[in-house]
Amino acid sequence: MAISIDKNLCVGCGACLKVCPYDAIDLIDRKAILNDSCVHCGACVDSCKFKAILSQAGEGPRKDLSEYAGVAVFAETRGQGLAKVATELLGCGRALADTRKVGLTAFLLGHRIQGLAKDLIAHGADRVVVVDDPRLAPFRTAPFARALTSVIQQQKPEIVLIGASGIGRDLAPRVANRLKTGLTADCTGLAIEEGSGLLLQTRPAFGGNVMATIVCPHHRPQMSTVRPGVMKPLPRDDHRQGTITEAKVTIKETDLRTVVREVVRLAGKKVDLSEATVIVSGGRGVGGAKGFEGIRDLAEALGGQVGASRAAVESGWIEHDHQVGQTGKSVSPRLYIACGISGAIQHLAGIAGADFVVAVNRDAQAPIMKAADVAIVGDLHQVVPLLAAEIRRARKENAA
Amino acid sequence: MLIIVPIKQVPDTNDVRIDPETGTLIREGVPSIVNPEDRHAVEMALVLKDQAGGGKVVVVSMGPPQAEIALREMLAMGADEAILLSDRAFAGADTLATACALAHAVRQLGQYDLIICGRQAIDGDTAQVGPQLAEFLQIPQATYAQDLRLEGGKIRVERAVEGEVQVLELPLPALVTCLKEANKPRIPTLKGCIGAFREKPFQVWNASRIKVPLEQIGLKGSPTQVRRTFTPPPRGQGIVLTGDPQQAVQTLVQTLREKGIM
Ligand SMILES: Cc1cc2nc3c(=O)[nH]c(=O)nc-3n(C[C@H](O)[C@H](O)[C@H](O)COP(=O)(O)OP(=O)(O)OC[C@H]3O[C@@H](n4cnc5c(N)ncnc54)[C@H](O)[C@@H]3O)c2cc1C
Repeated sequence: MAISIDKNLCVGCGACLKVCPYDAIDLIDRKAILNDSCVHCGACVDSCKFKAILSQAGEGPRKDLSEYAGVAVFAETRGQGLAKVATELLGCGRALADTRKVGLTAFLLGHRIQGLAKDLIAHGADRVVVVDDPRLAPFRTAPFARALTSVIQQQKPEIVLIGASGIGRDLAPRVANRLKTGLTADCTGLAIEEGSGLLLQTRPAFGGNVMATIVCPHHRPQMSTVRPGVMKPLPRDDHRQGTITEAKVTIKETDLRTVVREVVRLAGKKVDLSEATVIVSGGRGVGGAKGFEGIRDLAEALGGQVGASRAAVESGWIEHDHQVGQTGKSVSPRLYIACGISGAIQHLAGIAGADFVVAVNRDAQAPIMKAADVAIVGDLHQVVPLLAAEIRRARKENAA
Repeated sequence: MLIIVPIKQVPDTNDVRIDPETGTLIREGVPSIVNPEDRHAVEMALVLKDQAGGGKVVVVSMGPPQAEIALREMLAMGADEAILLSDRAFAGADTLATACALAHAVRQLGQYDLIICGRQAIDGDTAQVGPQLAEFLQIPQATYAQDLRLEGGKIRVERAVEGEVQVLELPLPALVTCLKEANKPRIPTLKGCIGAFREKPFQVWNASRIKVPLEQIGLKGSPTQVRRTFTPPPRGQGIVLTGDPQQAVQTLVQTLREKGIM
């Protein structure tokens, strides 16, 4: 369906403005005009007593895909800084932009966040588009969806990447729907297809049992949410040059219906495995909550965090925040030590980003042993305390 | 109070296995279940209905005719009515086309107060249909809800994400996606099971019944396409240390030092 308004028939009564669910009609010089938000849903057609709104059946407005160029990332913020996933998106967005020989833009939305623009440039952006508005803090779905959609409509990037975080997974589906384009969730691999230039979006499906590569051939932008902890950020380079511009967006009263009453930080047990550089994980082989004391001690000796398999979490030995894998966190530490974990595909899915993997397992045939850089065949109750002691000894030696 | 709960029938991915020869999914013999988090959504709806002092919980599913059993199970749990959206035209839908069909079905149900979805389905893990449905209907949303309460004509939702809980207040109608931490789904009673098959309304709607343009649903209405599927490549084999644990530990620490990891 394609909607159009016949100016000669329009009397400027404004009846259509009230029924439009997308705020897509403006009254300019006593004439109703469709704006960028129009998705051609047809809700307005019957509201016009003067038959000025025409709907044409058929293919709908074929978007001219060549209008769209460049790679853009949504720069999620956390507290006063950037979320780690924002720099990861820049790292991967940079590679895509270089392959396509186009620019990389970061969309920075929030309130009093301009200071972060230079960080985005240092991490790989050529351009930062800032939307600063007090109504964009704290995060709320509707005003963010409005602002991000507007910026995308103004800038027309061919690719938009958003972190698959609690915020990104809330926001991206609404924005993709408003733009009537495709969205691929939780991607762990992104590449440009030779020839077609399409974005190849790879993600785990069926609980990590298979990987699927998804494309979005006829709609723009091509949008993905990207799993945190998988892509590598570029090292910070303060000599990089880039431009910073401000964008204007119109946030509507109706976007502010949801009220954030309070935000409670869960203090104390704040584990953020996706940002840890060393992780020691325990699985069913640990044998119980008490067994995790040894795992904790080894993590402490290494200055790292504690992770777990789903089996350990489901046995109630440790909280879910610690779970690594398909339905837990994806992690990208320099060192990952898996103790008493068999290495099911869903667990391995979470450690694809780890630089160096060590496995301790009684069973030399366990799949984790084939995925490890160093595999120690033995009883973890023996090996783990010995390893903690050896590391402490080596550390002392270093310090001396 | 009218509460709508969209549910999905999914293969139990715990039982999905890969054919080692061909690298394809073996779906044969894999049981179909109600997506686990959708049960929590139905539970949340039933509790809320009681809190509101009455109303109706309608479960809706888009799927093949076999999905009837999933809907009947939710009737047995306590839902009041079920609608199955079934039509060849729906096949091949991505999240956008699915949400589009659901939105048209919801509009056929008249004035509703709340839509509750599970956070995500275990076969796709996308978490996209809920928010996309809310967008089609132009209603506010709260995803990742661990708690939901009615408060003076509005809802209060605790949204749990990444080490924080946001307490939100939303006007109705609204859409909420719920976490499994939110509640413990009730087990259907025998009486519930009998009612689910004998008394409770169960309808099958096709595309024309929900007045949806055919180009917006199924494969035609899906901007995304699957290019290929494959099994994830394994990591390469490293050093294997057997024998004396003390020796193994020393070798490991030395390797870590050499690699500059320690
Ligand atoms: C949809 C879906 C999502 C999933 N998501 C995840 C996820 O996110 N994360 C995850 O981890 N799992 C996930 N799983 C579960 C996964 O399939 C496995 O069941 C789980 O990872 C097994 O945990 P484990 O390795 O600790 O236990 P097991 O497979 O039971 O392995 C225990 C291992 O410990 C070894 N062992 C026992 N005793 C000792 C000892 N004394 N010393 C040394 N070794 C010992 C054994 O040899 C064995 O290899 C998911 C499954 C599904 C279907």
